[in-house]
Amino acid sequence: MHDVMNRIAELARQVGRHVTFMEVCGTHTMAVSRSGLRAMLPANVKLISGPGCPVCVTDTNYIDAAIELARRPGVMVTTFGDLIRVPGSESSLERERASGADVRVVYSPSDALVLARENPDKRVVFLGVGFETTAPTVAWTIKRAAQDGVMNFSVLAAHKTMPFAMEALLKDQEVKIDGFICPGHVSVITGAKLYRFIPERYGIPCVVCGFEAVDVMKCIVMLLAQIVEKRATVEIEYTRSVNEDGNTAAQQLIAEVFEESDAGWRGIGVIPRSGLAIRPEFARWDAAKTLGVKFGEAKPHPGCRCGDVLRGVLTPPECQLFAKACTPTNPLGPCMVSSEGACAAFYRYERKAVAA
Amino acid sequence: MKQDRIVLAHGGGGTLTHELIAQVIEPKLDNPVLRAMDDSAVLSLDGGEYAFTTDSYVVKPYRFPGGDIGKLAVCGTVNDLAMQGAEPLWLSLGLILEEGLPVAELESIVESIRDTAAEVGVRVATGDTKVVEHGRGEALYINTAGIGRIAARRRLSAASVQPGDAVLVNGNLAEHGVAVLSQREGIAFRTSVVSDCAALWSLVKTILESGADIHAMRDPTRGGLAAAVCDIAVASGVGIRLQETALPISAGVRGACEMLGLDPLNIANEGKVVVFCRGTDAVRVLDAMRAHPLGRDARLIGEVTEKPKGMVLLRTAIGGERIVDMPTGEDLPRIC
Repeated sequence: MHDVMNRIAELARQVGRHVTFMEVCGTHTMAVSRSGLRAMLPANVKLISGPGCPVCVTDTNYIDAAIELARRPGVMVTTFGDLIRVPGSESSLERERASGADVRVVYSPSDALVLARENPDKRVVFLGVGFETTAPTVAWTIKRAAQDGVMNFSVLAAHKTMPFAMEALLKDQEVKIDGFICPGHVSVITGAKLYRFIPERYGIPCVVCGFEAVDVMKCIVMLLAQIVEKRATVEIEYTRSVNEDGNTAAQQLIAEVFEESDAGWRGIGVIPRSGLAIRPEFARWDAAKTLGVKFGEAKPHPGCRCGDVLRGVLTPPECQLFAKACTPTNPLGPCMVSSEGACAAFYRYERKAVAA
Repeated sequence: MKQDRIVLAHGGGGTLTHELIAQVIEPKLDNPVLRAMDDSAVLSLDGGEYAFTTDSYVVKPYRFPGGDIGKLAVCGTVNDLAMQGAEPLWLSLGLILEEGLPVAELESIVESIRDTAAEVGVRVATGDTKVVEHGRGEALYINTAGIGRIAARRRLSAASVQPGDAVLVNGNLAEHGVAVLSQREGIAFRTSVVSDCAALWSLVKTILESGADIHAMRDPTRGGLAAAVCDIAVASGVGIRLQETALPISAGVRGACEMLGLDPLNIANEGKVVVFCRGTDAVRVLDAMRAHPLGRDARLIGEVTEKPKGMVLLRTAIGGERIVDMPTGEDLPRIC
């Protein structure tokens, strides 16, 4: 461990300027915050979080649509637990549940399908959010529902894909990124080749990274080494699980059920080709179509700067609301709700660095 | 977003629970005994001191690996008494039964209550039975209250922990919460983790009789170790520093927590006690705990410092430092 830290210090000296590395994965956000790694790094190496927390990048109008569905009689909304406390424009699924709406927390989309089979008189909607990691299981569940003719099951899909979001941040220029710590889970599915265009077109080093704090440390060594050696390429730190090509069966499953679409990212806006929409062949299981869901105008909290946090422009404590009006008990924006959100992780594990 | 209705997280034992008590309940019922907010109230009666506590049990499912709601209803209340250094004497038993519950099931739960109570040496002195319509309850809920006797000069309190104190725990963390979660519909997963549900009085007695200078004890139930130590840090106005590498966490719990995205420090225990004793007495307490069947895996997990007041810090495995926060009251299934 000390060796890796020493290596980071040595390379940081050789780099001789300030560098900023961005991770784009909620699990990395957690690993960095929970290990206290940020404070251990040399002063010229800065770690920031990007749009890697699936709950955080979900647009407010999606939450509003889910709430509207939950209020309809005969509808059961099923969701991963993280989404339940995310504030929409005026309410949250947690509040709706307390007011009598049928909102159930599930740990996988297949559990939602089981609920649909057990409750034939209900329209069971699964809230499909997340990246390439959750998309295959949702695709599998939709296929299964189609095969078995489970007609009261549907998915409100807002899946997103990472590469074009990373590109959008590079084009944005407001935040200077010197290297990407690429997500391990996503890359298990997609393969490392997905990021190749980033060094090729933008000259920015990428390293696919595992989830322990030690992985992140090794990844920082690899990024710094690329900068020192004036190289920019995609390397894999997480070799125990990630290869160039990824899991082709899962990729096929995604391609079979979903198609590329434009997607709205909270705080970033619409990024072309960065989303996954349910293919017309499976429209019967697309809640947006079968239940006629309208996505309205979102009204996020006026002072909330989650969008800037997600782009890496602002660190959590730089937001006026952070730890004052906005806390995990009383979150005003999504980055404070999900445990993987940059604000929640910073609040929970690192706010002393600010207080002291 | 202010909560104008009760949400499940209000029952999580974290900041939302604390807020609810502090804002809605305590101000209306305020009195000096209630204000102490320890695991049990301490009452002075006829020259003797007694601990008095109550707890409700709504665990779902009501049978889980390592126990059932009956065993839990005795252990939980007896443990709250034990944390004040009180020998448990009497329990009350309130049953809320759902229409349709098989009588044989109730019998088996009552037998579990009987057996656990006999082990501890506590007796059920009074009780009550109510039935609610089918669909209005979850098979059965239990409330127990307990009375225990505090030996003279044995006052333990969340507020009496001092800088220099050692922090110890009697074994593996988070096993009750993980065992219950593993049985939940919609989450069910295979695990060898078994609830640590146990009555702690005999272990506590051993610790107290070791002659060590004990300042406080807490059973880290809802909200886990994090909630217990945060409470103490605030109540005593001290800092607490824990060592990540010293925390006893089994591989099964670690794996389940990684899979579910949970922090083992926030997960409930039902047979654990966190002991705060004078630093120089740490080894004496550790030896006493390890000599007892419920303390074989006891560990020294941290120390109490003057600063930062009211805050718990964890020295991480890689040598970094992070805050251990009071859990918010996660959206977790009911576990006690």
